Amino acid sequence: MTTAVRAKGAPRTGVDWFLLVMRVGLIAFIVIGLLGFVAQQIDPTNAWATWRHGDEGAARLSWAQFQGLVVTGLSQGAMYGLIALGYSMVYGVLGFINFAHGEVFMIAAFTGFIMSTKFDQAGWWDSGAFIPAMLFTIVVATIVATIVAVVMERVAYRPLRGSPRLIPLITSIGVSFFLQNAVILLFGPGAKGYAPFPDWLDKDRINIWQIGESDTGVPEYLLSVENKKLLVIVVAAISMAGLWYFVERTKTGKAMRAVAEDKEIASLMGIDVDRTIVTTFAVGGAMAGIAGILWGILFKSVIATTGFLPGIKAFTAAVVGGVGNLGGAMAGGVSLGGAEALAPLMVLDPWGIEGPSQLRDAVVFTLLILVLLVKPTGLFGERLSSEDRA
Amino acid sequence: MSERILDIQNLSVTFGGLHALKDLNFHVDEGEIVGVIGPNGAGKTTFFNMISGMVTPTSGDILFEGESLIGLDPNQVTQRGISRTFQNVRLFANMTILENVMVSQHCRTKQGVWGALFNTPAFKKEEAEIRAHAEKVLGFFGTRLIGYRLEQPASVLSYANRRRLEIARAMATSPRLLLLDEPVAGMNPKESAELTGLIGKLRSEWGFTIVMIEHDMNVVRDVSDRVVCLDHGETLAQGSFDEVSNDPEVIEAYLGRPLEKQK
Amino acid sequence: MSDINANVLATEAAETIEDLAESASGLFNDVDRDRVVRYGSYLAMALVFVSLVGMAVGLDGRQILFWINPDVYVNHPDGQGLSLGDVALWMWPLLLGWAATNEVVLEGMQARVRGVSDLVTGFLVGALGGLGISFLTFLMSVDREINPENGVPAYGARDPLVNWNEQLYIMLTFNRGWTFALWAWPLLAGLLAMVGASFRVMSDPIRKAITAALISVLSVSVFQFLVDDLLEGVGETIADPGRISNFFESDPSLGRPRVDSAFDPLIDFLYAKTGGLRLEGVILVAVVAAALSLVASYLVRGRVKQARQAYFDRPLAERTRSSALLMVGVALALLIVPFFTGSIINELLANVGIFLLLALGLNIVVGLAGILDLGYVAFFAVGGYTTAVLTSAGRGESWPSWVPLLVDEGEPVVGGWLIALVLVMVFAGLTGLLIGAPVIRMRGDYLAIVTLGFGEIIRLLFLSDWLKGYFGGAQGITNIEGADFGPIGTVTGVEPRSVFYLVAVFAAIAIYVSWRLERSRLGRAWMAIREDESVAEAMGINTVNMKLMAFVVGAVLASFAGAIFSAKVGSIFPTSFLILVSIIILVVVIVGGMGNIMGVIAGSLVLIGVLGGPKQPGLLQEFSEYKLLIYGVLLVWMMLQRPEGLVPNVRRSRELHQEEFLQDAWLKGEVDTDDEGDDVATEVAPA
Repeated sequence: MTTAVRAKGAPRTGVDWFLLVMRVGLIAFIVIGLLGFVAQQIDPTNAWATWRHGDEGAARLSWAQFQGLVVTGLSQGAMYGLIALGYSMVYGVLGFINFAHGEVFMIAAFTGFIMSTKFDQAGWWDSGAFIPAMLFTIVVATIVATIVAVVMERVAYRPLRGSPRLIPLITSIGVSFFLQNAVILLFGPGAKGYAPFPDWLDKDRINIWQIGESDTGVPEYLLSVENKKLLVIVVAAISMAGLWYFVERTKTGKAMRAVAEDKEIASLMGIDVDRTIVTTFAVGGAMAGIAGILWGILFKSVIATTGFLPGIKAFTAAVVGGVGNLGGAMAGGVSLGGAEALAPLMVLDPWGIEGPSQLRDAVVFTLLILVLLVKPTGLFGERLSSEDRA
Repeated sequence: MSERILDIQNLSVTFGGLHALKDLNFHVDEGEIVGVIGPNGAGKTTFFNMISGMVTPTSGDILFEGESLIGLDPNQVTQRGISRTFQNVRLFANMTILENVMVSQHCRTKQGVWGALFNTPAFKKEEAEIRAHAEKVLGFFGTRLIGYRLEQPASVLSYANRRRLEIARAMATSPRLLLLDEPVAGMNPKESAELTGLIGKLRSEWGFTIVMIEHDMNVVRDVSDRVVCLDHGETLAQGSFDEVSNDPEVIEAYLGRPLEKQK
Repeated sequence: MSDINANVLATEAAETIEDLAESASGLFNDVDRDRVVRYGSYLAMALVFVSLVGMAVGLDGRQILFWINPDVYVNHPDGQGLSLGDVALWMWPLLLGWAATNEVVLEGMQARVRGVSDLVTGFLVGALGGLGISFLTFLMSVDREINPENGVPAYGARDPLVNWNEQLYIMLTFNRGWTFALWAWPLLAGLLAMVGASFRVMSDPIRKAITAALISVLSVSVFQFLVDDLLEGVGETIADPGRISNFFESDPSLGRPRVDSAFDPLIDFLYAKTGGLRLEGVILVAVVAAALSLVASYLVRGRVKQARQAYFDRPLAERTRSSALLMVGVALALLIVPFFTGSIINELLANVGIFLLLALGLNIVVGLAGILDLGYVAFFAVGGYTTAVLTSAGRGESWPSWVPLLVDEGEPVVGGWLIALVLVMVFAGLTGLLIGAPVIRMRGDYLAIVTLGFGEIIRLLFLSDWLKGYFGGAQGITNIEGADFGPIGTVTGVEPRSVFYLVAVFAAIAIYVSWRLERSRLGRAWMAIREDESVAEAMGINTVNMKLMAFVVGAVLASFAGAIFSAKVGSIFPTSFLILVSIIILVVVIVGGMGNIMGVIAGSLVLIGVLGGPKQPGLLQEFSEYKLLIYGVLLVWMMLQRPEGLVPNVRRSRELHQEEFLQDAWLKGEVDTDDEGDDVATEVAPA
């Protein structure tokens, strides 16, 4: 197969020039924003800040706020990373974007909600039995997510093996639409609140090294992390490590990598390709299941559209990290979460944009475009089979 | 008087450390038919990909009618007057035979949205010309590709006819230089003999200069003015067929090194 | 022909008798047990799903036909007729009974003679499926606790499952308790599925007649509103032709006395006053439809096929001309319809038109050039907002005064909308370039996600506080003036008919544009790019420019829809431009048939007209809650079963069914396998 390799040279056509301007413009926008942020941290009424914000100047970000944003970004990013693993693995093996993967995540979060309310009614949730109840919830949600992912593969995607590239993608959009609306109709359209978590998980924080006090006498710490966010980060790290072990060290993992490289040859080497693909979906689904419960712990409520945006963001994370690259997916998730939390205040606010946090989702999509413009193979490189690289 | 139509100077390309072509120097004169031979993996198709702009060389230069082709997109190369066929036939399988040939006249025509929308006289005239030219090109292969076949999708054609259609499609871009990548591969002796004759006619009747990659030595012998042998990305020999086919290095490349020389 | 048919009938009858003569154990030998279990579980799942998503109960309020005279038995306790909810449940046994007995007849193989075993299969499938509901009702009865104080039943599982309630229990148990449902459901579903399977046993004309009767009764009853409205409109016009004079000005149903018409007795005969087809109506429609179908089978039989063959034998140019004529005819017919329909139907047609315009644009991008654009709604939004900014006094205050406001003292400027339209085109084209340029070189699926991202970015910008001074944020822009065309009239949302005609003009333009482009040098280049991009480039096609051009043409068509939309609605909000809209347009294009103009028209009529758009109700207003679910199912089902759409494009379907196509061509002797024979011909003919 001959593939068109594009010259890495000077722009030649109008489109090339336009793209160059776009790349440079976006990067300049970000860099100037960051510089403006540094400047307004030093002096909120410097010339740039008064130009962009008016005479009273910009608001300074306190250390407590800043580290709070970082932790929020990290915990959400870890969650995105877990979802991204599913996108990344399926893209690596089958070469299509499983649009409905976000719905698997949503269904897990929903399962968590159902379990938590039922445990609450049984009186387990706020008693000493919370931890076993929670563990049981995680297990059930993961199993449900795995089953949904596997059934999805069997019903919607397997019959389409070998059809033109965009067909499975369109199908997955339909699956996503179906699952989302089925959940709305089955469980109602409103937001569903989890049963309240115990305080030690939901409210308490770990504080490290007091660095001072605010004007109202509230102590300020170098690092102050809510337990739930810490839990999310830890669980995500453990799951990631487990997955890494599974893919790199076990026989099934090797089979997965072989199938990702070349399905035909893998099947000639005695690997059951269908089974391996099912495993891929199952593992991806399980990761999304864990992520769903983490979502429940972080936000304490779930709605049928919960899966959509995190799904797209997770795909973005997978692209940022390099599709097919598992470590990349996790790193992409964390950097995306960080960017989403920090960019509105560190880039958009210095430009004087009002209500920057409204544009959080726009930041994510802009980042996706920027990465694909500057480094289409992602930060850590793609791992795709030869036919998908075209 | 022959004039250099294609001049390749010190052309090299590396794929991740592998030298696919190394310091290739090569030229084609106006009106020549040059055969490129060499064992599998010698870099012949890479060489074509590079001329047609699909692969960018690491160093060196390709001059076509005195102008460099480096950095041009494949469509710009075709616009300049170089057209090619593919080793593994790549037709637009679901378009009809006529459409396959009509679409490749794209870069020689210019009617845009307005002409199409208002069906202007210029548009009608151009469409008629495109069709006439397509039928003329297809007629070059006898009755095989015309008549009821015109409206059939390319996917129903037999293997040999697909190769013929590929050549027709390349011819329709009105090139000055035609690159044929194994034009008779997979054909039976009778068919390849016939096509050999047609390749000769491509020069005499249509005025194309031709560079042809071919494994079938009979074909190479019958039509080539000059033969170039590539191996491991390097030129082993150049010259007339007899010179090249008797060159010890060429024989070695094809048949292997005699035992005593291997030390 | 009928002789053969009689023979078939005779053999079938003989076969049936033979089958019956066999012992009961022998009967089951022909039944494929795996198939029964498989389809039985599909049926059970479908039934339980339909019940639990609330479709059965939710649609139960809409009575569509009556078994008894509703005027007499107004308060009959139950079973007085069929509701839409009943149909949503009971159609499944029928359909799956039919599907379960499907057998692929392979070329050259003797088709199995249909008989009792098919009926048994059907019954078993239905019974198994019915057991699913029996089990559901059993679970519900276990979960059901009656409060001893007020006698109100309560359910534990009601908490997550909103439809797990008393109405569902009553509906599924026929109000006779779960023990009744336990045997009634398998029996009834089994019988229905047997009816479905019996369609395989019937001879062709009879099957067609019964199917025609069923479908007609269902459509006449379900689309009561449309039938009623049309008959009334036509009837009133015949009775009082003076209405015509009023047509271009306003809706005839507004402020005009109701006139008795010739069709009134028919309407009263067909429909009950409470809504739904009366028993007499059911019989009339069924008999008429069945009779027509029988007549068609016996008289026209074979001739349709002949005519089709004759049609396809004619030269291409002639065929194009006749299909163009056909299209013009259909278009004229459509143009007359709004004369006779009320404002609700006209509103609906206007919505169909707007989505048709969008779908035609997307069809150029997806169907012709093969670029999957999921952010297509962005161009719709740009068109809508540009028009709003130029023609609304209520636009944000931050606009500098040099941005023209085409409003004069609260009245639209004559032709102002057209001036705005020019700017809309320019902005949409620029947006198309802006979005298109960065994505055009990406892999197809990355492109899909990135365009989706662009669509969201544009919506988020319109929504943001940052640009609130320009676009009004979440409050949007209100007070958009209609399109004033001076003497011809003003198009506003108050008069849906005027919107319909405006839309029709633009849809006609869009159809013309797609039709011309498809048959030009550009269309061929797009096709080539869709087939194999790198070869297309090697053949001299500037793929980047060509794809950008498709993108821009699509963008401009979508922006037209946006401009009409904002003139129609009179106000514009970011919530009108969710990703949902992009996806629904995609479903319309795909269900209709990618790359086929007729398909796209059919797709928008069927989907937007019947089910409704993202926010616009369709004919089946009761379905508005379920339509998104149905869109999702349709999309998946179409991709799995018929990726080429309802009205396939020849080329696209070839692409999607490459192997089958080649097999068919081989069977018909169209493939030249190898050309020894051909060679002789060429040697004779001078090359």
